[in-house]
Amino acid sequence: MIGALQLLLFILLAVSGMQVVRTREPASQAVAVSFYGLVLALLFFLHQAPDVALSQIAVGAVALPLMILLALAKVRRAEQAREKETQR
Amino acid sequence: MKALRLLLFAAGALGLAAAFVGAGRKLPPVGSYAGAYGEVLNAVALGERRATDVVSAVNFDYRGLDTLGEEFILFTSVLAVATILRRQEDEEDEEDEPKWEPRKAPESDAVRTLGGVLVPLMVSFGLYMISHGAVSPGGGFQGGLVLASAPLVVYLCATAKTFLRIAPPGLTRAGESIGAAGYVLIGCLGVLAGKTFLENVLPLGTPGNAWSSGTILFLNLTVGLAVAAGFTELLSVFVEEVLRREA
Repeated sequence: MIGALQLLLFILLAVSGMQVVRTREPASQAVAVSFYGLVLALLFFLHQAPDVALSQIAVGAVALPLMILLALAKVRRAEQAREKETQR
Repeated sequence: MKALRLLLFAAGALGLAAAFVGAGRKLPPVGSYAGAYGEVLNAVALGERRATDVVSAVNFDYRGLDTLGEEFILFTSVLAVATILRRQEDEEDEEDEPKWEPRKAPESDAVRTLGGVLVPLMVSFGLYMISHGAVSPGGGFQGGLVLASAPLVVYLCATAKTFLRIAPPGLTRAGESIGAAGYVLIGCLGVLAGKTFLENVLPLGTPGNAWSSGTILFLNLTVGLAVAAGFTELLSVFVEEVLRREA
């Protein structure tokens, strides 16, 4: 039972990892990497590593995508300001 | 040309697949463990440190010095990000900078109700995880991140001003410094007691109690404070930028 779940998660991990690479738009990529992090955390948990799984959920599924989104927002703002500069 | 490239790829992929299968067949079965260190720790950690979570006993006691290093990696990264992103004092506001409409607090009852339910849950779960690091999985680092997500949910349910009211930058900066310094100070307790740095010199208590495992509990508390405050500090740099740009 656990073995089958592990196998399923391995396949899901491979598929979602591929999708992270295949996603081209950075904002959607942040969501994809968050899902990937969640799957990885579940896999850690099923391999009896709850400590690592908790860190993985906090960092991989929440903190990393959040930092990417915040950085994107900041970059876009700078781009908008630059566009306005060149229009003058 | 395309067919040739496909052929080249197929040959490479086949070779890689063969190598993977060959390597996979030699893998030890799932759950097998070849080292001796882990077995030893599993056997002695409960008796020596009264910690039921051996991972925490390793992180905050046997290899406590490594965690000190990691803590300062985090401290330095937060400092670096805050320094790069913070607007310099002498940097003047450009007048024709596009101002934004102030972001209103969401009017949706569903969002606000969900936030109201989530925030107390996150705070109590974060505090639980930090204080029970020696007893159950989790610890200062994980609990600190859970705790730091609570102000973020408040921000999503309210405005940027509310975020800065419940997590003022002065407070988060102080929390981060006190957390990082506290780890070193607790480590010095061992030196004061005439033993080595980070030696577990406090009373050990009963296994399974939150008040157990001596310094492991207090090191977890300082790491929790440093991580929660450091992460909130990062968020507040972005939130302050939002406030500044709002008309």
